[in-house]
Amino acid sequence: MSWLDPALGAEGARIMTICNACRYCEGYCAVFPAMEKRMEFGPSDLGYLANLCHNCGACLPACQYAPPHEFGVNVPQTLTKIRLQTYQLPATRSTALAIVALVVMFFSIVLVTVSPGVVFARHDGGKFFDVFPHNVMVLTFLAVAAYAFMRLWISLSRYRREMQDPPLTYKSVQRALRDAFSLVNLGGGGEGCIDENERPSQVRRIYHHFAFYGFLSCFAATVVAAFYDNALGRHAPYSIFSVPVVLGTLGGISLLIGSTGLLMLSRKRDAALTDPRQGPMDVVFIVMLLLTASTGLLLLVFRGTAAMGTLLALHLAIVFGLIFSMPFGKFVHGFYRLAALIRFATEEGD
Amino acid sequence: MEDVLVIGGGNAALCAAITAARAGARVLILECAPKDFRGGNSRHTRNIRCMHATPADVLTDTYPEDEYFEDLMRVTGGETNERLARLTIRASADVRTWMTSQGARFQPALSGTLQLSRTNAFFLGGGKALVNAYYRAAEKLGVRVVYDADVRKLEMQDGRFVAASYVQSGATHRIEARVLVAAAGGFESNLRWLREAWGPSADNFIVRGTPYNMGWVLRELIEGGARMIGDPTQCHAVAIDARSPKFDGGIVTRLDSVTLGIVVNKHGQRFYDEGEDLWPKRYAIWGRLVAQQPDQIAFSIIDAKAQGRFMPSVFPPIAADSIGELAIKLELDPNVVLRTVDEYNAAVRPGTFDHKQLDDCTTSGLQPPKSHWARMIDTPPFWGYPLRPGITFTYLGVKVNEHAQVLMQDGTPSPNVFAAGEIMAGNILGKGYLGGIGMTIGTTFGRIAGEGAARYVMA
Repeated sequence: MSWLDPALGAEGARIMTICNACRYCEGYCAVFPAMEKRMEFGPSDLGYLANLCHNCGACLPACQYAPPHEFGVNVPQTLTKIRLQTYQLPATRSTALAIVALVVMFFSIVLVTVSPGVVFARHDGGKFFDVFPHNVMVLTFLAVAAYAFMRLWISLSRYRREMQDPPLTYKSVQRALRDAFSLVNLGGGGEGCIDENERPSQVRRIYHHFAFYGFLSCFAATVVAAFYDNALGRHAPYSIFSVPVVLGTLGGISLLIGSTGLLMLSRKRDAALTDPRQGPMDVVFIVMLLLTASTGLLLLVFRGTAAMGTLLALHLAIVFGLIFSMPFGKFVHGFYRLAALIRFATEEGD
Repeated sequence: MEDVLVIGGGNAALCAAITAARAGARVLILECAPKDFRGGNSRHTRNIRCMHATPADVLTDTYPEDEYFEDLMRVTGGETNERLARLTIRASADVRTWMTSQGARFQPALSGTLQLSRTNAFFLGGGKALVNAYYRAAEKLGVRVVYDADVRKLEMQDGRFVAASYVQSGATHRIEARVLVAAAGGFESNLRWLREAWGPSADNFIVRGTPYNMGWVLRELIEGGARMIGDPTQCHAVAIDARSPKFDGGIVTRLDSVTLGIVVNKHGQRFYDEGEDLWPKRYAIWGRLVAQQPDQIAFSIIDAKAQGRFMPSVFPPIAADSIGELAIKLELDPNVVLRTVDEYNAAVRPGTFDHKQLDDCTTSGLQPPKSHWARMIDTPPFWGYPLRPGITFTYLGVKVNEHAQVLMQDGTPSPNVFAAGEIMAGNILGKGYLGGIGMTIGTTFGRIAGEGAARYVMA
């Protein structure tokens, strides 16, 4: 049995056949040139095209066949529905519950395993390991990261197999990374995404850049700090101008701006461009990023006060929850889209 | 009382409204369609034909004024007003700058199926995206738009416009204005009018574009004393898939398989040279050819060798493993179709097939001949597509001068009635069709009409 609901697959093929006979939208993004290379649209084509779509929405108001036209062509919404099925994930609600449970559980463990006297004491400039023992922290996070990575790897391999993606080449990966890091396909052909009132703007793309590069910067801060701690033997707290703190601070602020912006935009988005079942998944992911950034920044500001212990426990719990939820939530969109961009680059001859 | 009343909501109407509003006039647009279907036939367009002396932004090579004019002379057989035509062609040289400043966006030069990047600039996302950008620009300038406003009556006095009445949700509203810009298109959606011009065969025509071009404004102008131009009995029609919706099917209903096979009528007989010339030069005559066949229907028949060589159609082919079976599926007499195919196959001479140019694959001793791309129809699966005439636009319009003013019966220009777009395109395109010139005429005369209207109001 195919991963794709037959009715949804038939609707996707119907719409792509109309698009293929029209082709007016070929300047907007990679979806249309990729579609033009095909005559038939089976599940593996539709899953690929769905993940190539960055849901900028530019093609819907431009479409002469958009509803209420009797052809009823809505590419962004149809591809969003198909994309959701490619993620092959448990229901979003259970993901949200899992995250909440983990946060609560981890928070309790921290509070129980360390004595209240330590948690609420004033620590000298943020000696985190006084609160949470070094080896416990390293082991817990390595374990959850390894689990998340493994789950992600399994999902991604299955996706590439289902979509019959071609083998990777150096050049196609290079081009795909360039497309991914610039989000060229979220650009609506240069003018931007469609948000309120069918007006194109670059706001979504800019917020996504803030969130994405902020996330990468925070990730880099963590890696550098781990390197300092374990390889160089330089232990926290690090000074305000040290590499981990600068990367973490800038990354945290950037992630805060990006995730707040994306959350606001998702509330205002035209319902015609989205699938209601996709909404909760997006919100959970953005909120987790928002909480990660805000608790991290609070921890930095108050690391020299009695609140440090509590904030550390809270921040670690949220990061733990975020990592655990990665293979189940919206986080995977980056990897599936990258896979689609690599295939696009290969098909384009790069 | 309004300053400038624009009737119509497509490219020409918006160009006029934006230009007049930029010059300081108060502008009201009456668009007959609901908002979702606004934009007339412009929402189905894709590009604009532009002259250019050097390769420029989205245009390759050069397309000089004289070549553009010669192309126009060729398709119209000389039925054009040279002064207005050259004015339009010259204005097309820098029209993209103006369009871009109103929010229009173009696609980089493309390798497209019709290789038109030399002569035509393609709108990013097509004509509806262009129209959306123009509506945003117009609204920003304070232009008001009334949708579902079906104008049925114009009050004219001695060649002057006084007021217009429109019907909206059953109620009639009367609007007085100092100037009228009539940009309400032709009458190709008016089935009764089409029947008056072509008789009962018009019932089998399909209207490719908007269902809202009823021609009321055109008829009111003519009854108000405007001089007509263009043959009232002619329309531009191409052969499209017979399974298309009656209206608004647009680009996806076209079928490009004709040159790759044979075309038979309902009696199973061929009736015209399918390989006379390259398809971009011939697709426009097939509407009329099919319209002249019994019951206005024909069938394109190809074999496996042709499959994948033409733009995919939105409707699936009717497929069969033998010609006889295909004929039955197409509801044709299998014996006649078999004989037609056999005669054709026997007449095919050996040659080197090349669909990109006029190759040497031809027939001998066949009537009508197939001059190029003639290959035997012998390899299953066989595909058939039913064809019907699909009307794109009508030629009848009102005569205008170089200021876009409507000329009255005695030849004097109306002081306050301007026309732009399809409603006056017959001044330049009296016959035939040149891809993308409709948008050139609409944009040029829309802007001229908008300037003239504002000047009249400001004076």
